Amino acid sequence: MYELFTDLGSWLVGSQQWTGGDGIGHRLAEHLQYSLIATLIAAAIALPVGLLIGHTGRGAFLAINLSSFGRALPTVGLVVLVFLASGLSMTPVYVALVALAVPAIVTNTYAGMSAVDPEVRDAARGQGMRGHQVLLQVELPLALPLIMTGLRLALIQVVSTATIAAYVSFGGLGRYVFDGLAQRDLVQVLGGAVLVAVLAVALDLALAGLQRFLFRHRRGATA
Amino acid sequence: MTIDTSWIGSHAGELTSLSVSHLQAALSAVLFGLLISLPLAVVAHRIRPLRGVLLGLSNVLFTIPSIAIFVLLLPVSGLTRTTTVIGLTIYTLVVLLRNTVEGLDSVPARTKEAAVAMGTRPLRVLLTVELPLALPVIMAGVRIATVMSISLVSVATYIGDGGLGQLFTDGFQRNFPTPVVAGVVLTLLLALLADALLVAAQYALTPWTRTRKQRA
Repeated sequence: MYELFTDLGSWLVGSQQWTGGDGIGHRLAEHLQYSLIATLIAAAIALPVGLLIGHTGRGAFLAINLSSFGRALPTVGLVVLVFLASGLSMTPVYVALVALAVPAIVTNTYAGMSAVDPEVRDAARGQGMRGHQVLLQVELPLALPLIMTGLRLALIQVVSTATIAAYVSFGGLGRYVFDGLAQRDLVQVLGGAVLVAVLAVALDLALAGLQRFLFRHRRGATA
Repeated sequence: MTIDTSWIGSHAGELTSLSVSHLQAALSAVLFGLLISLPLAVVAHRIRPLRGVLLGLSNVLFTIPSIAIFVLLLPVSGLTRTTTVIGLTIYTLVVLLRNTVEGLDSVPARTKEAAVAMGTRPLRVLLTVELPLALPVIMAGVRIATVMSISLVSVATYIGDGGLGQLFTDGFQRNFPTPVVAGVVLTLLLALLADALLVAAQYALTPWTRTRKQRA
C-alpha cells in the first residue's frame, strides 16, 4: 500500500512524464479542450431554452423531466451507441458530454429565472419595458448567479466524464486510466484518476472564486 | 445500425439477471448513502459551523470523476461489488446530505417550539416532527440519488462489474449495437420505474401535503 503511494508520487512528478505527445501536459490540454468545447455547445443549446422557459413560464414540466431523463441516461452506453452508429470520430464523445451538460444548465437557468421576485418583474413591466427588455435587463442579471452555478456544475461533470474520450481511442487524461487498465499498471491508472480529480476540483474552486468576485456586491443573492 | 431482435429474445435471461444486479448495486448505494447522511445532516443542521465543512466536503467528493473513484478504491477493495457500492455511495452523499439539511431547515421554527412546549423530548421532536416535515425535500434528494446511481452503475463496467454496463463493453468490443441499445433502454426503464415507485411512496408517506394543496 505504502509502496503504491510512493510509486504514484514518483509517477506524478517524473519529468519524462510531463513532456511530449504522451506527456501529462499534452493530455491535460486535450482534456481541457474536449471539456470546454462540449460545455460551450451545451450552453449554446441550454441557455436560450432555459431563459425562454423561465421568461414565458411555459414548458417547466418539460424542463424538469428533461433533467431527470438526462440524469438517467448512461453516458458509457451513449458513447458506445453513437460510436457504433457514426464510426471513429470525436462525435460520440461530444454527443455524450453535451447530453450530460444540457440538463444541468437548463434546470439551473430555469430555477434562476423563476426565483426572480414577481414584483420586480411587474415593476419593470409597469415602467413600460418590453418583453425582451424585461428578460435582458431585469430577469437575466438577477438570475445570473444561479445560471453561473449551473454552468459550473455542468463543466465539472463534463471534465469528470471527458475521461471517456480515451475509451474510444482519443486522448485526454483518460488515456492513462484506460491504458493503465489494459496494461494492468495500477500506478498509471491511479495517476490518471488523481489528475482528473485534481483538475475537476481546481476548476470548481476557480469558478467558485470567480463567481464570488463577480457577485461580491450582491450579498444573499447566491444561495 | 440494425437491431437484432432475435438476440434480445435469446438473451432474455441474461438481461434479467443483469438488470437485477444493476438495481441491487444502485439501491444498496442509496440505502448506505441514507444511513450515512441522515445522522450527518442532523449534526450539520444543529451545529452551524460543521454545516459548511460537511457540505463542502461532500461537494469536493462529487467533483471526483466516477471512474476515478472506482479506480482509487481498487487498492482497498479490489475488483469487487464492494468497490461499486462504495463508489456509488460516495456519489449519493452530496445530494442526500444537502437535501436532508435543507429539509430540516425548512421545518418552521414555530412548529418545533410548539412540540417542545408540549413537553416533547428532543429525540422525539426530531423523529416525529422534524423528519416527517422534512420528508418531501429529503425524498426529492432520494429520487435524484436513485436515478443518478442507476445511471452510474454502468461506469463500474471498467472495473469488471457494472450490471447492464457490461452490455456496453460487450457491444463495443464486438461492434454489435443490439446489446448497447438494450442496455441503454433497460437502464432508462429501471430509472423510470424506481422514480415512479419513490413518487408513490412519498405520496403515501406524506398525506398532509395533499390536503394543504387542495385548500390553496
